[in-house]
Amino acid sequence: MRTLRFLLQKEFKQIFRNRSILVMIVVMPVVQLILLPLAANYEVKNINLCVVDRDHSSTSQKLVGKIASSGYFKLTGNRATFKEAFPLMETDEADLILEIPAGFERNLVREDEQKIFVAVNAINGTKANLGGAYLASIIRDYNHDFRVQWIQPSAFNQNPVIDVSSSNWFNPLLNYRMFMVPGILAILVTMIGGFLSALNIVKEKEIGTIEQINVTPLRKHHFILGKLIPFWVLGNVVFTIGLVVSWIFYGIVPVGNLAVLYVFVGVYLLAVLGFGLLVSTFCDTQQQAMFIMYFFMMIFILMGGLFTSIDSMPGWAQMISRFNPVSYLITVMRMVVLKGSDLHDVRMHLGMVALFAVVLNGWAVLNYKKTS
Amino acid sequence: MEAVALRNLSKVYGKEATRAVNDVSFTVNKGELFGLIGPDGAGKTSIFRMLTTVLLPDGGSATVDGLDIVKDYKQIRSRVGYMPGKFSLYPDLTIEENLNFFATVFNTTVEENYALIKDIYVQIEPFKTRRAGKLSGGMKQKLALCCALIHKPSVLFLDEPTTGVDPVSRKEFWDMLKRLKEQAITIVVSTPYMDEATLCDRIALIQNGNILSIDTPANVVASYPEKLFALKAGNMYALLQAMEHYEHTLNSYAFGEYMHASFRTDVSEVDVKNYLQQQGLQGVEMKTTVPTIEDCFIKLLKD
Repeated sequence: MRTLRFLLQKEFKQIFRNRSILVMIVVMPVVQLILLPLAANYEVKNINLCVVDRDHSSTSQKLVGKIASSGYFKLTGNRATFKEAFPLMETDEADLILEIPAGFERNLVREDEQKIFVAVNAINGTKANLGGAYLASIIRDYNHDFRVQWIQPSAFNQNPVIDVSSSNWFNPLLNYRMFMVPGILAILVTMIGGFLSALNIVKEKEIGTIEQINVTPLRKHHFILGKLIPFWVLGNVVFTIGLVVSWIFYGIVPVGNLAVLYVFVGVYLLAVLGFGLLVSTFCDTQQQAMFIMYFFMMIFILMGGLFTSIDSMPGWAQMISRFNPVSYLITVMRMVVLKGSDLHDVRMHLGMVALFAVVLNGWAVLNYKKTS
Repeated sequence: MEAVALRNLSKVYGKEATRAVNDVSFTVNKGELFGLIGPDGAGKTSIFRMLTTVLLPDGGSATVDGLDIVKDYKQIRSRVGYMPGKFSLYPDLTIEENLNFFATVFNTTVEENYALIKDIYVQIEPFKTRRAGKLSGGMKQKLALCCALIHKPSVLFLDEPTTGVDPVSRKEFWDMLKRLKEQAITIVVSTPYMDEATLCDRIALIQNGNILSIDTPANVVASYPEKLFALKAGNMYALLQAMEHYEHTLNSYAFGEYMHASFRTDVSEVDVKNYLQQQGLQGVEMKTTVPTIEDCFIKLLKD
């Protein structure tokens, strides 16, 4: 016990003397949590729209006005013909071109039907999809208003209509931040834990101190515990800072119990630290460790369900993400923070992460040899 | 009794099966100051690492303090002190913290064995709150020696402790080793410096993983078979060239401001001088000289 206490004392001293690590631990969660949710914005705004109005009627003007005032579109051009408008799309000044044909108003009143044309720049798939959909829904809305205004209401509606009204649960305002922030916090905890533990042991190899440690009677599990505990504590500190930041900046207060979050993160950190340790046992230099960690982190993050839903991945990718500890944390973070899930709801996830912790740490301990 | 005994110890590295240590056998007696003398890459560090149980041998066996280096590695680790050639203490901890840390790792305290390190520690004590990474080379060595001694080891392994240390600190360091020897600690030290060899009780000359000779420095020197001459001339390069082509020359090489040469047959000084004059060399100076360890080493390498 005395040995372990001294080991921990030594590790903490080293950590607190390393300015850059301290800065990382405090600044990284704050900056990333403030910046990244802004970048990972799913809402598409400021879609550039070019209008080719060949009708010049009050109806067409009303339609354009309605679109422009929706807030999603920015009217960047008015052209007489589609031919003139197209160069705007080529130079990226317009994402959408709306063409209203001549005789739009007249035909709409007379024939009860009219077609308009929308051209979408589909290089950015998301923007194209959403822009097209927004525009379609505005036009549909307008169409409805128009019909109410012009067509005599009949005694009963000839066409049966299913009117869908939905209500959003857990995130009623569809605030994407509620969804992104817990996920980014999960990534932060993973990065801090994984990188710090992997690099630390490799650093001892690089500067040769591990050689000096190896000739001492220091027990293997003492050494590894001496490395795990400080980073476990740091991971929890980062997590706490992250929760505070998301409360202050985004007003996100976990609906569920904080204790559930901490229990899960506690076990999860063991798994991540174990992974870092395992990587460090295979590497001789910090450069190697950095690259290997980076390789896995990229996969973990992109396949962890942070940006894209795991359910919409192909079957084989879903299988892979089952071996991705990050996906469990992201899921559980969202479950607890947004839905208020309790320990019973996340027991499967907790079990899997605990299994990761046991396997990864066990492997790391077996692979760490004091003799070569 | 022997403190360290090697029996046909071998270590092979890599796919090319480089024999870094080749069937090495020697013993070190209790309380002896034993030197492993050899150039870089001779296999000194590999021997040290095997004896301190951080490297597994590929052949042969060895004991330290009567304990097998493979089977009883755990006991060995608490009984030996090892100072690797590369400074390997924590640069971001202070002198005091490093010392306390290593004392704790060995389940002891600084106070318990302070007597042993006192002589050395007082020299670095004024700087005890300075971080180890910011110390001078000589101070680093002293600190590393303190850390290797803090658990009162019975055998101390020092791997090139004076490499990269200034001459004054080197001398101080060897004085410290002599005092440690008086405390009945067996010391095995390696060095590429031949002048340090004479300070050991016994030395092993090692080259390419093979032991060339093991004896006391005095005996090694005394066993030098030929008469050795030191020569000097105005043009040293021409002198070296001339001596190399002289038919009676056995060995000739530059040695400080002189060059050393030995001969196959018993040639007289006059013969040599005449030959050199024929070669057009001016101001030739020639005298007999006492062989040093370095001369012995060069001779062993040539044989």
